[in-house]
Amino acid sequence: MTEPRSAGESLRHAMDSGEVLLVAAAGMLVVAAVAQTAAVGVVQLRTALAFGGLIAFGEVLRLSLPGGREVAPIASAGAFAYAVIVKVGMVPATQPALQVVAVAAVGMVLGAMPHLAAGRPAGLTGIASRLVAVAVVAAAFRPLSRSITITAPEDWWVALAAMAGLLVVGWLVECLIGALISANALRARFGVALWDEMRVQLPLGVAVTATAILIAFAADMMGLAALGLFIAPLLITQLAFRRYAGIRATYLQTVRALARVTEVGGYVEDGHARRVGQLAVAVGRDLGMNEPELLELEYAALMHDIGQLSLRDPIPGGATVLASRDDQQRIAELGANVIGETGVLPRVAELVRCQHRPWRGPNGGPPVGSRIIRAANAFDDLVGSSAEPSRSTAALERLRLDTATEYDPLVVEALARVAGRRQVPAGRLPAC
Amino acid sequence: MVTGNGHRLNGEPPSRLSLAAWLYMAVVVAGTVIVLVQALGSDAETDSAGTKSGITLVVLALLFLVCDSTPTTLTSRQSAWSPSSSATLAAVVLLGPLGAMAVGAASLLSVRRGAGFVQRVFSASVYGLSGYCAGRAYLALGGSVGLPRHAAFPAIIVPFAVAAVVHVFLNHGLLLGMLMLDPPVAAGQPGRAAGRHIPLLFFSDLGYATLGLLIAALWGGGPGAFTAILVLVPLFVARWAMGQFAAQERAYAATMAALCQAVETKDLYTRGHSERVARGSAMIAQEVGMRGSRVEAIRYAGMLHDVGKLGVPTTVLRKNGPLTEEEFAAIQLHPMRGIEIVREIGFLDEALAGIMHHHERIDGLGYPMGLAGDEIPEFARVIAVADAFDAMTSNRSYRGARSIEDAVADLRRWSGTQFDPVLVEAFVAALSRAGWYQPEAGAPQPADSVPAADHDDPTAPLQVIEGR
Repeated sequence: MTEPRSAGESLRHAMDSGEVLLVAAAGMLVVAAVAQTAAVGVVQLRTALAFGGLIAFGEVLRLSLPGGREVAPIASAGAFAYAVIVKVGMVPATQPALQVVAVAAVGMVLGAMPHLAAGRPAGLTGIASRLVAVAVVAAAFRPLSRSITITAPEDWWVALAAMAGLLVVGWLVECLIGALISANALRARFGVALWDEMRVQLPLGVAVTATAILIAFAADMMGLAALGLFIAPLLITQLAFRRYAGIRATYLQTVRALARVTEVGGYVEDGHARRVGQLAVAVGRDLGMNEPELLELEYAALMHDIGQLSLRDPIPGGATVLASRDDQQRIAELGANVIGETGVLPRVAELVRCQHRPWRGPNGGPPVGSRIIRAANAFDDLVGSSAEPSRSTAALERLRLDTATEYDPLVVEALARVAGRRQVPAGRLPAC
Repeated sequence: MVTGNGHRLNGEPPSRLSLAAWLYMAVVVAGTVIVLVQALGSDAETDSAGTKSGITLVVLALLFLVCDSTPTTLTSRQSAWSPSSSATLAAVVLLGPLGAMAVGAASLLSVRRGAGFVQRVFSASVYGLSGYCAGRAYLALGGSVGLPRHAAFPAIIVPFAVAAVVHVFLNHGLLLGMLMLDPPVAAGQPGRAAGRHIPLLFFSDLGYATLGLLIAALWGGGPGAFTAILVLVPLFVARWAMGQFAAQERAYAATMAALCQAVETKDLYTRGHSERVARGSAMIAQEVGMRGSRVEAIRYAGMLHDVGKLGVPTTVLRKNGPLTEEEFAAIQLHPMRGIEIVREIGFLDEALAGIMHHHERIDGLGYPMGLAGDEIPEFARVIAVADAFDAMTSNRSYRGARSIEDAVADLRRWSGTQFDPVLVEAFVAALSRAGWYQPEAGAPQPADSVPAADHDDPTAPLQVIEGR
């Protein structure tokens, strides 16, 4: 496998324990599958080569979904189809489950090579979770395949139900793995992580499942030509997803960059917006917010000071925690108006509008997101880019003193947990 | 498939169409009718009267209608996209040219908001005609009509692929003709958004056309017509993603505009300046024939070109009277401060150079680096023209807005010294076609801060006190 080469520099971040476990498990599975297949010989070599090629091709074309999830819909569809295929050109397909795993593994690893050559991460975690899902489906379906026929009208319903059911299980396995990994790496709550994973993976999962079933049915009639025919439409689906993911990433990048205008304008300290953004997201995650909520929270936290642009003169030092209540309210209102102008971020505007309000206010107080921004902003105003634990402790102490009215105690406690976890301070030093 | 509906949304009354557009529509509809009559006369052998093909026709037409009735609108609602071509292409194989025509003509019954009768007839003709021609191409290359037999694969792929290409080309070509004769004006950017998406639409259509063969192949095998539903699944997922993409893109543009406006609040005089510079830069870029993605990039560069002004103290920006050298240096730094902010926006590569050098001059006397001639990045030369033009045609405290004619004359006067002559002429040409939204006279400015100069305005250059 490619692990030795990639472990050093090509991996974006060091693998955490969950990922190592997953890759090791998948690695052992692959070794067993390849050894067994090599020992008994490859059944129906042409079919195996065609599917292996399709899987490798799909792996080359993998893409990142929002939230940094690497998916390879074409590779998944190819591998799942190979697992549930019954006949190819009217000849029964007889590959055993371990051969399915071996072919999928070889295809995926070959498909990862161009990524390595281009200096991108190998994506072992993604490959491993795809492989495990395929192995589950293949192990359940291959033994059945002899007793399933898809030509007689009364039989294909059974075949269809078996395929669909198992592919849904495969999809769930993949979601489960993804959720376990992100819950472990990001300290998200498992239930929330699983829900996020399923929500993001659902559309492509549906397309992949339907495509795999269609390939399995069509291969009976068309032979291996079915594979070629299916690449084009799924490619288009993938292209649409790639553009969608791309614009999402650009959006976030742009908001992050433009949030810095307050820093360049001398309104706030360097790196303030980004640090508050990171801190707020970490606190929100700790409190069990899901990804759409976290994205809105991040936008609001990044832009929470944008209203200062409308002030005639910067507040000295830019620290809004020291500004008067009236000034804070004006900044919040002005900022919310700017964001409201977009017409597309109404909830973000609301979060910014309420950021100055004490948590124990009328009408149940401000939204949780606003409370988080308020606390994160105060914390960063007091600590800044300093790495000293004593300042962080002192700042937390000060926030705790104000939990009677100003800061939500739950938020402050989450903030304390997040700040305590970070040996490196809340945000690395600003770039410039 | 690009739906005709997309080109004429909002149910505009057809009477607004130009004579040429009316003639064009009449020719297309008449052509379809002639083809239909001829085909009915000669294609007796592809008689599809059996109940079996009757059911096939109905199911395919329904499939077509479901796809066609819920198109995904792309950016600025100028073109919509739906995967209905797969139904037409399946009909090419299962029913032959006439059947494909009938399925395409089902567009007449499509449930779309705001589609008038004329509109429906026209799009039904377009789909019918492209379906028929695709069917003819399929037959001509040796494809056989009916449930594809086992032996037909993979030989069937060539005629089918040609049929798909013919269908997509005809469909887009005919609708594009309409778009050119009758450009949508509502969005204020004639044809731009639609034009930008045509390659994507084209390829996605080709992709979905191939699904037509799948529908046809599975029709005879196990699950029969049920596959039609199964085939819909990936289609709708792709549509969903396209819709999400379009929504995100709109949201992105709106956010960008709002943030730029927030930056402008610092300087009362420049309200709307960045949006107008963005528009002017895009006009020039289109005029000199930049491709779509570069036009998009320069639009954002134009929008962001003055973001760095935030790094210049307000007192300097609004100073009345000559600037000290330090103050002038602060102003000269604003393109660099701008880069500092937008550097991290990944897609902006070339736009960054445009932002950084938009105050360079062709004669080398500009800032921040004093580049001359072709050393200045093309984006920067484009933005410089649009920037100066908007500064001249906007209200300033020290003078009212100048007329467009005066500003053009001034651009030409400084063409070759300050501006790139080619780009100035391109801008003038684009202006005469598309016009310019001159900002209205703004609210009276506060009396305490009336700068007598503007760093963007070549008619009133900043005064600097030499030496100290």
